[in-house]
Amino acid sequence: MQTLKRTEVLKDALTHYCPGCGHGIIHRLVAEVIEELGIREITIGTAPVGCAVLLYDYFNCDIIECSHGRPPAVATGIKRIHPDKIVFTYQGDGDLAAIGTAETIHAANRGENITVIFVNNAIYGMTGGQMAPTTLTGMVSTTSRDGRGQHGEGPPLKVCELLSSLDGVYYLERTAVSTPKDVNSTKRAIKKAFQNQIDGKGFSLVEVLSMCPTDWKVSTAKAVDFVNNDMKEVFPLGVYKDKS
Amino acid sequence: MGKKILLKGNEVMSEAAIQAGCRFFAGYPITPQNEVPEYMSRRMPQVGGVFVQAESEIAAINMVFGASAAGARCMTSSSSPGISLKQEGISYIAGAELPCLIANMQRGGPGLGNIRASQADYFQAVKGGGHGDYRLIVLAPASTQELYNLTMNAFDWADYYRNPVLMLGDGILGQMTEPVEILPYEPILDLPEKDFILDGCKGRDPRVVKTLVLRPAEGLVDHNEHLQKKYRRIESELSLCDEYRVEDADIVIAAYGITSRIAKGAVRMAREKGMKVGLIRPITLWPFPKESFKKVAYDTSQILVVEMSHGQFIEDVKLAIEAACPVEFLGKGGGWYPTEEIILEKIESMITSPVAAKGRV
Ligand SMILES: Cc1ncc(C[n+]2csc(CCOP(=O)(O)OP(=O)(O)O)c2C)c(N)n1
Ligand code: SF4
Ligand SMILES: [Mg+2]
Repeated sequence: MQTLKRTEVLKDALTHYCPGCGHGIIHRLVAEVIEELGIREITIGTAPVGCAVLLYDYFNCDIIECSHGRPPAVATGIKRIHPDKIVFTYQGDGDLAAIGTAETIHAANRGENITVIFVNNAIYGMTGGQMAPTTLTGMVSTTSRDGRGQHGEGPPLKVCELLSSLDGVYYLERTAVSTPKDVNSTKRAIKKAFQNQIDGKGFSLVEVLSMCPTDWKVSTAKAVDFVNNDMKEVFPLGVYKDKS
Repeated sequence: MGKKILLKGNEVMSEAAIQAGCRFFAGYPITPQNEVPEYMSRRMPQVGGVFVQAESEIAAINMVFGASAAGARCMTSSSSPGISLKQEGISYIAGAELPCLIANMQRGGPGLGNIRASQADYFQAVKGGGHGDYRLIVLAPASTQELYNLTMNAFDWADYYRNPVLMLGDGILGQMTEPVEILPYEPILDLPEKDFILDGCKGRDPRVVKTLVLRPAEGLVDHNEHLQKKYRRIESELSLCDEYRVEDADIVIAAYGITSRIAKGAVRMAREKGMKVGLIRPITLWPFPKESFKKVAYDTSQILVVEMSHGQFIEDVKLAIEAACPVEFLGKGGGWYPTEEIILEKIESMITSPVAAKGRV
């Protein structure tokens, strides 16, 4: 029988994430992939500004904490100096698709050989539930009280669809962590995104639909339902680009 | 003697950076500093370095943040509006105590302003600009030769103190062509080992570069005190100043950068007319060479501050001299620059003014 043990890429630390939060699952998947690929000692991660800012409290590898939205630029600087090292960013929707949109698009279009883990929870988690660029139409947040779309907020921004038009991008996939099957396919996608970097293929991004029960103000079970029933409809899962 | 080359100031600075081992440059086009990214895009590949034309000045400074954390000697440059965009990144770099060089070839402001030379970013350069209690080492070269030498030194000071350095030039200095003696790079200090570099944790514990300090509760207070201690040390070790004919001067002109170069001409003209005029120019704007200014102020009757702005540098002059003598002002922003004649005229009016008649304070 297989024994499950904690990956050595994660530290033995108490989590600060809320119960039912998707970040913890995604951390584990990224860490397991780093372990399986044997790259912990050559990996440099970038922490975003968002609930995952304390990435370095959990990950047992070199980490740089960036200003809000700038991880793709910081990662560019690191990767260009150490092309033989593995560089990943881990970013929320506010970080990657609002304040950091320009950095995201241009790192992607330059084909920077980095791996981007994009955690789409349709909300600003860290700051207490304000509207994100990916908040669904009609979804209530602390800054869209009448539901998104009533006061000129526009519809949710679809990152994989947007980036798929860029010739410089190598690999884009959208997955989720709301069912065991989804968790498995997220791990497969993350592994591919890291393997692409090892093989020198260029920009790979995995968008992961993730739960934020606290700022959605629902139970952990309801949060899972929301991803499965509502988010997947607006953000269809699948491979959006794969040049291999 | 080293080889002499004839290049624009912007190119001189770029070549000095290459000579000093700068191997990463990220920037965004803006006049009057376009020769810097253009030169770097050509030179970096020749020396195995990296040039990235960033999507914005914000991206450029953050690329430098990453490159510095990765251990490279690195640099970005811009002009006033672009430097404003870099301020967030500069605050992070200063907070994380990473070395790098940032060059500002100042132009007229505020807003889009114009592309003529200016010195109106003085406050932004020496008093902060970004958020938080941090300091940049700020250098003010007055010639392309000095720009060359200081650029080399800047990388040493940045590494030695683990602090970003700002080269505060202006459109004239960046565009001016004059012969420069190319001297081989020699470190001017015993440089510490870079024990903060992120290059993968093989054979060591993982490292973290960060600026968020939540724990312990007083952690950020302690970090700020640590920074302040470093700044006090830099102040005591690195205040550079140049004086010209101040010993017997009744009037001393205080000016920095290209303005001091023009002022030097005015000093010579005044001397020819028998007026006892001298010049004091700070080479480091931060740390400000307070002691030199104070001493000069006690030994002269009047100081004339000349700057290409409506009066920013003058505040530091006044603070430094502790009211030891009266201070007059000549300056305008928006792309105005003084000529030797304009400065001389101002000096002549001061000589005949009642303040001068009072003599020494
Ligand atoms: C320049 C700047 N603007 C705003 C903030 C405040 N801020 C911190 S986290 C955050 C949003 C985070 O949301 P997201 O990126 O979706 O991450 P999540 O917490 O949802 O994982 C904001 C706006 C900041 N730290 N810096
Ligand atoms: S606020 Fe949301 S994203 Fe942040 S830790 Fe809690 S559940 Fe996770
Ligand atoms: Mg979010």
